[in-house]
Amino acid sequence: MHELSIALGIVKIAEQEARKAGVRQVKKITLDIGHLAGVEFEALDFAWPLAVKDTVLEGAERVINKIAGQARCLECDKHYALHHLYDGCPYCGSYFKDIMKGKELLVRSLELLMSGQDQPVADAPADNELVTKN
Amino acid sequence: MCSTCGCGHDEQGAVVLKPGEFATASVRPAVGDHHHHHDNGHHHEHNTHILEVERQILDQNQLLAERNRGFFEARGITAINLVSSPGSGKTTLLETTLRELHGQVPFFVIEGDQQTAHDAQRIEALQVPVRQINTGKGCHLDSDMVRRAYSDMDLQAGGILFIENVGNLVCPALFDLGERYRVVIISTTEGDDKPIKYPDMFAHAQVCLINKIDLLPYVNFDVQKARDYARQINPEMIFFEVSATTGSGMQQWYGWLLQNQIKV
Repeated sequence: MHELSIALGIVKIAEQEARKAGVRQVKKITLDIGHLAGVEFEALDFAWPLAVKDTVLEGAERVINKIAGQARCLECDKHYALHHLYDGCPYCGSYFKDIMKGKELLVRSLELLMSGQDQPVADAPADNELVTKN
Repeated sequence: MCSTCGCGHDEQGAVVLKPGEFATASVRPAVGDHHHHHDNGHHHEHNTHILEVERQILDQNQLLAERNRGFFEARGITAINLVSSPGSGKTTLLETTLRELHGQVPFFVIEGDQQTAHDAQRIEALQVPVRQINTGKGCHLDSDMVRRAYSDMDLQAGGILFIENVGNLVCPALFDLGERYRVVIISTTEGDDKPIKYPDMFAHAQVCLINKIDLLPYVNFDVQKARDYARQINPEMIFFEVSATTGSGMQQWYGWLLQNQIKV
């Protein structure tokens, strides 16, 4: 179950981006995850609460754009829906393919919760979080 | 359950053992609890700001993997990531290869297991420089663990570095270690449909070794079927049918290895 590694990778990105923006809480996180990315969505759900505890993502709404697989046949050049990595081209039968979609594994966007006077500062010092702590 | 496997990402997660320390490998408590406190005692108005970050989730592992790859190439070292399910004979295959090609190529080995230094001890017995990574609860090696393992090894130009991953046909598929080649091993005591059951692993490998070929008369394994399935995912896959215990087919594997190593 590598999904906890994935979840911790997401947390790391969120923490870095939130710190850069000088905020301490993320309201919503949007992820793009392809069906062929090798991530089991149920396992990610299971790992999520463990990974986000005591981080900027704790309590954040999580949206996953699940992206269906799509391939381009390298023989006949046609595009087709790729449900499994072992699917062949439905037009010519070839297994030589370019995977166009479905391997995505990225943090698309973060909705940051700004406190009253805070504004996002692109070049905020990396240790901003420490400065603003009580 | 390896639900805490991500802890291996933290600095104190995986443990790298050198010769002389293998005996100290033992069951150890899970690590990786992270406790940092966020003070939420502010009570002013909130508004939100949307940040389009578009960052790859595994970018940190990938960056370090590229760094490893650059290091290996600059030093003329051929790194090979060996992946398989547990029990397919990775370590035995490695032992036979190291023994048979002894003196022809400088070999180096990094062993990855959740616990124990048993595999490293087997390699050390062949006088091959080896490090053992114990991932604890971790289910795969990552590029930083590998960097830590080779950083104090005296890797020689023209050498081959075998990285034996944690026995697992799922998780290691996603983690590039900076290797030049990925070699997946399946054995005839497993199902011949392994490739389509675990397609990610076969999609990212260049070579597939079908091991324990000597047991074919006793098992229900269709070699051609296994090859066909693997080629559905990876039409350019190269196969070798071998038996690490009898030596059958191993010459072809050695031939590929010597032909494809970085020439210095």
